[in-house]
Amino acid sequence: MRTILFLLQKEFKQIFRNRAILVMISVMPVVQLMLLPLAANYEVKNINLCVVDHDHSTTSQKLINKITSSGYFKLTGNASSFQAAFPLMESDEADLILEVPQHFERNLVREDEQKLFVAVNAINGTKANLGGAYLGSIIRDYNRDIRLEWNVPGRFNAAPVIDISSSNWFNPLLNYRVFMVPGILAILVTMIGGFLTALNIVKEKEVGTIEQINVTPLRKHHFILGKLIPFWVLGNVVFTLGLLVAWAIYGIVPVGNLIVLYVFVGVYLLAVLGFGLLVSTFCDTQQQAMFIMFFFMMIFILMGGLFTPIDSMPEWAKVISRFNPVSYLISVMRMVILKGSDLHDVRAHLGIVALFAVVLNGWAVLNYKKTS
Amino acid sequence: MAETVIKTDKLTKRFGDFIATNGITFEVHKGEIFGFLGANGAGKTTAMRMLCGLSKPSSGSAEVAGFDVYKQTEQIKRNIGYMSQKFSLYEDLTVAENIRFFGGIYGLSNADIKTKSETLLAQLGMEGEAKKLVGSLPLGWKQKLSFSVAVLHRPKIVFLDEPTGGVDPVTRRQFWNLIYAAAQDGITIFVTTHYMDEAEYCNRISIMVDGKIEALDTPRALKQRYNTTTMDDVFYQLARGAKRNE
Amino acid sequence: MKQFLTFVRKEFAHVLRDRKTLLILFGMPVVQILIFGFALTSEVKNSRVLIVDNANDVASRQLLTKIEASQYFEVDRSVMSPLQMEAAFREGEIKMAIVFPANFNEDLLHQNQAHVQIVTDASDPNTATSLTNYVSSIILDYQASLNQTLSVPLRILPETRFIYNPQLKGVYNYVPGVMALVLMLVCVMMTAVSIVREKETGTMEVLLVSPFKPVLVILSKAVPYLILSLVNVGTILLLSIFVLDLPVAGNLLLLLAESTLFIITCLTLGIFISIKTDSQQVAMLISLMGMLLPTMIFSGFMFPIENMPVPLQIISNIVPSKWYYIIVKAVMIKGLGFSAIWKETLILAGMTLFLFVISLKNFKIRLA
Repeated sequence: MRTILFLLQKEFKQIFRNRAILVMISVMPVVQLMLLPLAANYEVKNINLCVVDHDHSTTSQKLINKITSSGYFKLTGNASSFQAAFPLMESDEADLILEVPQHFERNLVREDEQKLFVAVNAINGTKANLGGAYLGSIIRDYNRDIRLEWNVPGRFNAAPVIDISSSNWFNPLLNYRVFMVPGILAILVTMIGGFLTALNIVKEKEVGTIEQINVTPLRKHHFILGKLIPFWVLGNVVFTLGLLVAWAIYGIVPVGNLIVLYVFVGVYLLAVLGFGLLVSTFCDTQQQAMFIMFFFMMIFILMGGLFTPIDSMPEWAKVISRFNPVSYLISVMRMVILKGSDLHDVRAHLGIVALFAVVLNGWAVLNYKKTS
Repeated sequence: MAETVIKTDKLTKRFGDFIATNGITFEVHKGEIFGFLGANGAGKTTAMRMLCGLSKPSSGSAEVAGFDVYKQTEQIKRNIGYMSQKFSLYEDLTVAENIRFFGGIYGLSNADIKTKSETLLAQLGMEGEAKKLVGSLPLGWKQKLSFSVAVLHRPKIVFLDEPTGGVDPVTRRQFWNLIYAAAQDGITIFVTTHYMDEAEYCNRISIMVDGKIEALDTPRALKQRYNTTTMDDVFYQLARGAKRNE
Repeated sequence: MKQFLTFVRKEFAHVLRDRKTLLILFGMPVVQILIFGFALTSEVKNSRVLIVDNANDVASRQLLTKIEASQYFEVDRSVMSPLQMEAAFREGEIKMAIVFPANFNEDLLHQNQAHVQIVTDASDPNTATSLTNYVSSIILDYQASLNQTLSVPLRILPETRFIYNPQLKGVYNYVPGVMALVLMLVCVMMTAVSIVREKETGTMEVLLVSPFKPVLVILSKAVPYLILSLVNVGTILLLSIFVLDLPVAGNLLLLLAESTLFIITCLTLGIFISIKTDSQQVAMLISLMGMLLPTMIFSGFMFPIENMPVPLQIISNIVPSKWYYIIVKAVMIKGLGFSAIWKETLILAGMTLFLFVISLKNFKIRLA
C-alpha cells in the first residue's frame, strides 16, 4: 500500500510538471465544448435557393415570398431558365432550384392541378432530403392558403381529418446543442483517459525508465494501479470541468442524479484506462501508441452514435458497436443528463462497461511483462 | 573463501537462431568487484539482464543472492541494484524526488529515506542540487546520482552496465571511488566496461567473446598468462578473433 | 541530387520499418471508407416505437398495419399508462409512442375528426423530428386514401429531382471528406512528429552538420509521406469506385494533381509545426487539436458550414481541407473542370507558398 503512495506521488508530480498535459486537460475540454456544439449543427437552415419563374404571376410571387420568409431558405439567385440556373448549383451558390412553369397561375385554376419543378443538390443526402421536405411542406401550406383564399366550395371540409398532436419530451424546443453536449463530453473523457494512459507508459519505455522499474521488487499490479489511479482522477476532473462548462455556457443541468453519472463515469474510466494500458503494452514508441490509439478512437467515436443513430446502422455494424465502450457512455450521458434516468435504468449499460473494465485490464496485466 | 553471491552454470540465451549468450559458467564472491568485459555484441548485456531477472534464460541455471533466476526473480529484485546503459532516473523529477521515489519502491521507511538521502547528497556534494530537475544536470552528475540511487536500499549485489560511458576522466575517478566505498560496505559490484584502466580496478574480470567466456581471473594473472603488460593487449588478443564484432 | 536520394532512402527505411504504424497508415483510409460507406447513415430507421392502441377498431388497425409495414419502425404494441411510458423512455427502450384514443374509428366516421397523439424522445432532436415526419406522412396518406372519392381542388404538386446523388447515399458526401481527413492526418502529423523526433533524440544535429543543405534534409523527410499519401489517395479512389460504386465523374488526372497540391500543403504545414516545436508530445497535441479537429469540423463534410455562427465561418476559411473538400466534390462528383475550381486551387497554392516561406524563415533563425 505504501508503495502505491510513492508511485502516485511520482506520477502526479510528473503530470503537473508537463505543460502539454496540463494544456490538454484544461484547454481542450473548454475549447471543444465551446466550438463543437456550435459547429455540429445538423439543423438545416440557410438553404440557398435559386428561382426560375416562368410565370411571373401574383401566385408565383407569393409562393416565393412565402418560401423565403420561412427562415429555412435564402434566395441567392433568379434565373431565366434552368440552364442558366444550373451553373449556380455547380458552384455551390444554389442548393436548390425551384422552377415555376409558364402559365402556372392560369392553369392551376383551369386544370385544378399544376406541377412545380424542384432540383436539389444531393451530394449531402441528409441536407437534400430535409431541404426537399421543408420546401414540400411550405408548398403544402401555401396550397391550403390559396384554397381558403380563393374560397372553393365546402365539399373539401366534409372529408374526415386525422388530427395529429405531437409532443416532444425531454427537449421540447428540439435544441440540438442539448443533444450534442453530453455526447461530446463523453468523447472528451474517453480521449483524455485513453491517450494519456497509453502515451505515459510508452514514454517510460521509450526513455528507458521502465527498465529501472522492472529490476525493482515492485509488483506488477502496484505499478499498473500507480498508473491507473492518477489518470482516473484526471478523467474525473475533466468530466467535472466539462459539466461546469455545459452548465455555464449552455445552461445544461443534469436532470438525473449526479451520483449516478459519477458512478458510471468512474467505472467507464476504468475500462478506457484499461484500453490505453493494453495499447501501451503493444507499442514501443509514442508515435506508434498515438497512431494506434487514434485509429481505435476514430472507430469508437464514429460508431458510438455521437453523430448518427446506432439504430439505423446495418446489423453487422450494430454487433460491432456492442463492443464499443464509447457507445455506452454516450447513451448513458444522454439518458441521465437529458432524461433523468436513474441507476436502475442504466443497470445493463453499467454491467457491460464493468465487464469491459475487467477484461481490458486483465488482458493488459497479462500482457505487461516485466521479463522478456 | 568468501560466500558466493552469483553462480551460473551453462547459462544460455537464444533469440531464434542467434545464441546471444552461450553456456557461460562463473561465480562471483561477496564484496568482490567483478569486471565483465567483452567487445560490443559479445553478449554482456544479455547475460546481465538474465541475472537481473529482466530476461528469461533459454537454458542452464543461475542463482543470484541465493535465488533461482527462473522462479525467484522477485526475491532477486529485492536484493539487487541496477544501473542500465541508458540513463534511467526520471528527468522530469528533481534529485530529491527521484531518491524518495526509488527509496519508497524498495520499501524504505520515511525516516530512513530522509537520512539516507541526506548522506547521499552530502557524499556526492550535491546538497545544493536537491531541488533541481535531474534533466538539467550534467551527465557525470547524473551517472553518480544514478549509482547512488541504485545502492540506496543497500542491495547485496549491484549491476552496472557501462556506467561511465561518455563521462570525463575526473568524474570517472570519482565514480570509481563511489564503487570502492560501496564494495567496502560489503556490496558486490558486477560491472561491464570498455575502459581497460577500469578493468584494472576490478578484483577479477571475465572476458566474453561471441557469447562465451574466454578468460576469467584477476587482472594480474591474465596479464601474466597472455604475457603482456597491459589489459588492452589481453583484451585485443582475445577479442580480435571475434566473428560478430559489430 | 544523388545525396538527396540517399537521404530519401534513409527516410523510407524509417517509415517502412515501423510495421505497426505502417499498417495503421494504410488501414486507416480503408476502415474509414468502409465505416462511412456502409455503417453510418444519418437517416433514421429501425427505431423502436411503442403503439398504444386504446381503440382497437377498424381504422386504428388499418393504420397500424401501415405503420408496421414501414422499415423505419420496429413496432411494439402494448397498453401503457403515461407513467409507464415515461419509464420506458428513460430506460431508452423506445424512441416514440403513438397513442390512439378509444373510439378512434367512430370519431373519424361520425365527427369527421379523430386524434392521434405522438410522443417522442426529443433528447435526440433529429430522430424525434424525423420520426414525427414519418408517422405524420403515413397518417396523411391514410387520410388521403379515405378521401379518395372526393377530389381536392387546386393541387400544387412539387416534383423533386435529386441531382448528383439520386439515391441520397451518404458516401457522396463522405468520400471527399475522408480523403481530406486521411491526407491531413498522414501528412501533417507524421511529418511533424518524425522531424521533432530526430530533434529529440539528437540525430537531427548529426544531419545538420553534414555538408548537405539543411533545407534538403527537411525536404527529404517529406518525400516518403508524399508517396505514402498518393498511395492512400489511390486506395480511397479504388475503394470508392469498386466497392462504393462512386465513380470519378471528372478528370482523374486533375483530381490527382489537386490531391498532390493538397498533400504538399499539408506537408509544409507539418514541417512548419516541427520547426516551431521541440517535443513529440507537443507536436502531436498541436497536430491533433490544431489540425484534426478543425478538419473534421470546418471542412464542411460533417456539419454544414453555413449553419455555423459567423466567426466560425470566417475561421473555416483558413482551414486548407475546406478548400480541398470543395475541389474534390467539384471534380469527383459534379464532374467539373479546372475552370470551376481555379479559385480554390489558387488559395491552396497561396497557403502552401506562405507556409513554405515562413518555415524557411524560422528555420534559418534556428540555425543562426
